[in-house]
Amino acid sequence: MLTILFDGIAYGMLLFILACGLTVTLGLMNFINLAHGAFAMAGGYITVIMMNRYGISFYWCLPAAFLVAAVIGLVLERTLYQWLYQAPHLDQVLFSIGIVFMAVAGTDYFMGGQQQLINLPPELSGRMEVMGVGVGRYRLFTIVLCALLAIALQLILSKTRFGSRLRAAVDDRRVAMGLGINVPVVFALTFAFGSGLAGLGGAMGAEILGLDPNFPLKFMIYFLIVVSVGGTSTVSGPFLAALLLGIADVAGKYYVPAIGPFVIYGLMIVMLIVRPNGLFARGGR
Amino acid sequence: MSLVQEPAMTAPSTSPETTSRAAALMKRRSRIRFYEIIVWVAAIAAYFLLPTKMLILTEIAILALFAVSLDLVLGFAGIVSLGHTAFFGLGAYVAGLLALHYVAEPVTGLIVAGVISGVLGLLTSFLILRGSDLTRLMTTLGIGLMMAEVANQMAWLTGGADGLSGFSPTAILGLFEFDLFGQTGYLYCLAVLFVGTMIMRAIAFSPFGLSLKAIKGNPMRAGMIAVPARKRIVIAYTIAAVFAGMAGALLAQTTSFVSPDVLAFHRSADVLLVLVIGGTGYLYGGIFGAVFFTLIKDWLSVITPQYWMFYIGLLLVILVLIGRDRLARWVEYLPERFSKKEGGQ
Repeated sequence: MLTILFDGIAYGMLLFILACGLTVTLGLMNFINLAHGAFAMAGGYITVIMMNRYGISFYWCLPAAFLVAAVIGLVLERTLYQWLYQAPHLDQVLFSIGIVFMAVAGTDYFMGGQQQLINLPPELSGRMEVMGVGVGRYRLFTIVLCALLAIALQLILSKTRFGSRLRAAVDDRRVAMGLGINVPVVFALTFAFGSGLAGLGGAMGAEILGLDPNFPLKFMIYFLIVVSVGGTSTVSGPFLAALLLGIADVAGKYYVPAIGPFVIYGLMIVMLIVRPNGLFARGGR
Repeated sequence: MSLVQEPAMTAPSTSPETTSRAAALMKRRSRIRFYEIIVWVAAIAAYFLLPTKMLILTEIAILALFAVSLDLVLGFAGIVSLGHTAFFGLGAYVAGLLALHYVAEPVTGLIVAGVISGVLGLLTSFLILRGSDLTRLMTTLGIGLMMAEVANQMAWLTGGADGLSGFSPTAILGLFEFDLFGQTGYLYCLAVLFVGTMIMRAIAFSPFGLSLKAIKGNPMRAGMIAVPARKRIVIAYTIAAVFAGMAGALLAQTTSFVSPDVLAFHRSADVLLVLVIGGTGYLYGGIFGAVFFTLIKDWLSVITPQYWMFYIGLLLVILVLIGRDRLARWVEYLPERFSKKEGGQ
């Protein structure tokens, strides 16, 4: 029971790291980026290539995954995404689906369609007993790392100058620009950072979530749920939404395997009926 | 925009002058245009001119019906749906199961599939009334994925990943047998496409369709001029679901096979692409887009059987970056000139 809760939390934490970049994209620029999972997949494949082909340590792969995904994000944002911020949602949806399709087929071409496996360092694999609860070491590592990241994000957002600029831009773009905040630069950096986080999440999730070319399609719905349930205005909203989703999904698949996949859809529908504007929506948005 | 809202505003007033103006506007909007005739004549001509291409023509007709039904939701009601294939797939499975276990007569199957898909559309339409575009995307995508999961899990009924096969529809209405070359199949699909498009056309160019466009333009203002937005969206979504289900049924009946692929996500994306190629908001975009898309896909799958998805993605990206409005404008030029010429005669 507690083990499932633990696994669920690890899963949820991963989802949060994967999706939190998307909340900024959506909240700041009102841009529906369905291709967010593609950045995560890039991070995952970087890890696989570095570990399996060149034998580089897993710990070096994580920052590398972050950096590569962030650079890809920055380049794409400057070259393609920025032209579509004012476009209707339909255009954004079509555009990002196109990116997803290209990423899926491209990955399939270069890496093959099979499930990718990574060999974790020995100190992270296996389980251990903590107060009578079986705990996967890697999951513990995931939880600790993601929790640290979440706290760091919260601090960056609430304490630093960049964070206050970002929040100002989210709240009211025009006024923020009027105050001399360079919103496009803020956004490009945030987009890159969010993509980097997704890449990191993809690298860490290769073990837990699995990694194959269909990754962006498979997890698209999860990201959408996290963002629309959690709202786009805080860090804690998506965080709690991701935890809830992770625990519900793991528990559902464990306790009621026959209808396990439907648990998240049921959750989504209930959430929509009870709180159509998200769990922690502020008034008027 | 003002043109669109005018009839809805003037309709309640009983002044004969305004009523006749509104009526004239409606008549002008719903007039049959010249290109429409060309489309249908070309479709029938294709039957005689391309006897070896029946299968791809059938595919086009089915995709066209599917896309036209989405246009009712997207182009008129303004709802971006990522899960329209839920209805398509449901229709296909219903038609397949019906042919396998009960009635093998296609028209019965078509109607039953339409009705059942419509029921699903009605039930799920209440979910898309809530929230923003993002929540709608999530909901429609979720419904689509949920249907795919249902089909996968209920293997005892649907055959799971292997799909549903081993049924063959009997003669249409007991009169027309399906032949080996798919000629009957094409005419059947074409007839359904024609009837379906005409029905949706009547709906879309009625005051009802105008009010949908008003809702798309600005839901709040639409509400102020007494357009019951929620009710209208529910109705439009349900009708679209009916025809999407029928398109699915056509696919099941003409191929005698239903695979879980009918519910796959890429179908929802494909049909969006079809509409975008052809242009939204005037129904025939679905047909033009279906022709273009099927030909491109056919061509691509010959060149790169495995990676055609990449080029579809590339096409989407380029299309959006160029601006789909600009791209779809040629369609507006063409029919407008043709229809003017016709009006002058």
